[in-house]
Amino acid sequence: MSDNAIIVENVTKRFDSVTAVDNLSLEIKWGELFGLLGPNGAGKTTLLNVLATLLEPTEGGAQVGGFDVEHDGKNVRDIIGVCPQEPAYYGHLTGRENIEIFGTFHDVPKEDLKERTDELIKKIGMEDHADRKAKEYSGGMVRRVSTVMALIHNPKVALLDEPTVAMDPVSRRAVWDFILELKEKGMAIVLTTHYMEEAEFLCDRVGIIDEGRLIAIGSPKELMEKHNAKDLEEVFIKLTGKKLKEVV
Amino acid sequence: MKLRRIAALVKKDLKVFIREPASMFLLILFPLVLTLTFGIAFGGIDTGGASEFRIGVVNMDANSTSAEWSDSFVGNLTDLNGTAVSHYYTNETGQTDLLNGGLDALIVIPEGFGNSIDSYWDSPIDGSSWENTTIELYLDSGSMIASSAIPPMIQQVLFTTFYGEQAGSMELPIEIGSPSLVYVSDLSQWDFMAPGIFAFSALFMIMTVAMSLTVERDGGLLKRMSTTPVSASEFIGAKALTYMLVGMLQVLLVFAGSFAIGYRPNTDASGIAFAFLIVVIFTLTAVGMGLITAVISKSADVASGVAFIFIMPQMFFGTFMPLGGLTETLGTIMPTNYVTHALTTLFLRGAPVGTLSIWVDLLIVAVVGVLMLAIGALLFRRQTAKQ
Ligand SMILES: Nc1ncnc2c1ncn2[C@@H]1O[C@H](COP(=O)(O)OP(=O)(O)O)[C@@H](O)[C@H]1O
Ligand SMILES: [Mg+2]
Repeated sequence: MSDNAIIVENVTKRFDSVTAVDNLSLEIKWGELFGLLGPNGAGKTTLLNVLATLLEPTEGGAQVGGFDVEHDGKNVRDIIGVCPQEPAYYGHLTGRENIEIFGTFHDVPKEDLKERTDELIKKIGMEDHADRKAKEYSGGMVRRVSTVMALIHNPKVALLDEPTVAMDPVSRRAVWDFILELKEKGMAIVLTTHYMEEAEFLCDRVGIIDEGRLIAIGSPKELMEKHNAKDLEEVFIKLTGKKLKEVV
Repeated sequence: MKLRRIAALVKKDLKVFIREPASMFLLILFPLVLTLTFGIAFGGIDTGGASEFRIGVVNMDANSTSAEWSDSFVGNLTDLNGTAVSHYYTNETGQTDLLNGGLDALIVIPEGFGNSIDSYWDSPIDGSSWENTTIELYLDSGSMIASSAIPPMIQQVLFTTFYGEQAGSMELPIEIGSPSLVYVSDLSQWDFMAPGIFAFSALFMIMTVAMSLTVERDGGLLKRMSTTPVSASEFIGAKALTYMLVGMLQVLLVFAGSFAIGYRPNTDASGIAFAFLIVVIFTLTAVGMGLITAVISKSADVASGVAFIFIMPQMFFGTFMPLGGLTETLGTIMPTNYVTHALTTLFLRGAPVGTLSIWVDLLIVAVVGVLMLAIGALLFRRQTAKQ
């Protein structure tokens, strides 16, 4: 297996007239926590969906775990765990049942499933609510459960689309800790965010995307040094002339 | 295909089904209530336990010189508790009423009845001088109670006619013919409707299937699922399996409900098993049509309306609505019609399970089911396929 968990080569994705991802290339290593950073509409979700085998690139190609996302989608799906931007879950099932069924989808052995579910429920602080129907959950609870649904099977590659958006600080902290633990296990993690401080705190490297194009890539520290900025926010302003918060 | 994943999906679908009041109402409560109310309204209640036996009498001896004996016999019969006696001038009119379920028994008093009794009293000891006659008795074979209770009652009445109150048990010149059991039609409208309830109940699955699919599609669950190893065939196979189970539950409930109100299909265990089989196969059609409905519906609300495009014609031309003329012609293209036809053949006409026509019906239902499911799955997959 190569060093790279993910290889994106000149991917362009167009929807009719909109070019959501524009000739984008990048490589992500095993054990790396990579942040896709950019304002709304930058193309983060589109790129993630290409990696998740949900969208086919218009041009270019990508590999996940050495498998081509277009032609070897089945193998890709065996090793990824995807948390969509809009949490998708069964409202009539409990949080626990939602987690367990996704574990089963991903072939988590029956004898491990219950134990692992319990452990993760505890990790995201949902012990008291795990057996309530998910449709009764608050937005933050739904997001926490949704993140666990994506990771219950210890995927080799985790694709998390804005996992902490609209979360209270405590929940966000819990999810961050959880993600950092996963990194220790050696999986490659890609998360998208438009929170600069999140990217700064969590990510080994970030790719800044604007209008479908990758405009900068590197560790937060490198980027700040290179652009002589005090934080990633400033890096973004210097690169685009726009304020990130304005376009969000 | 992984069985464990399919099992998990079925379990999930059943849980969602049970926890969704709308689907429980539509597919479980509604068929049961329909069976009970229609069954009661259209005559499902069995009259076998009636308190009075309706006995028709044809008196062929009314104009003889000894007519007082037959009059007395009829009088005694009328006086007996638990009988309601009506008079017929001819055997034929009496038989007709018996056949139509208007009577439990028909008694024909023979010509020479009075003379027989006179001959007895002339010489009670000397049996060789008696003029023997026989009372004919026809009984409704469908009414167990009537056919066992009425012959002894007639015997009793005959003794009373001979001896007055102190009935003896000696030999008499008149015997009561061994009763002819008559197959009586006591069919109510419900008997014609009941076979249609099965397809009718299953039909509404189209709506719940379509609604559950649109909810899963619009809630992003299908997309999310398609980033996992779950395949489209596992997903659709699980849906079909789930609704096969729901279909079986429906058949069970419709049978239970109609049994409770006294409906007895004119068949045996094999006929009942056949009902399960054909309804379970029919659910494939419902799931297929549910998939098609979901494809053309933007949301669950729309789906619940669009489903009627499939439900209505199949309901009117294939379940318990009477057919004739144009409606009969339309019925030939409705899968429900074949389900109902097969069950009518079994339950109403009492045909054995080996009857060819019901297996032809099953074959048609199966072919249409597989076809509909394939078309539905294809369209649905195309709609949810990646861009
Ligand atoms: N299915 C689609 N059809 C048409 N346009 C789309 C579709 N998905 C995304 N887009 C457009 O592509 C661009 C990038 O969107 P997206 O990847 O969701 O951005 P981000 O996740 O960074 O906010 C936006 O302009 C969006 O409107
Ligand atoms: Mg997005």
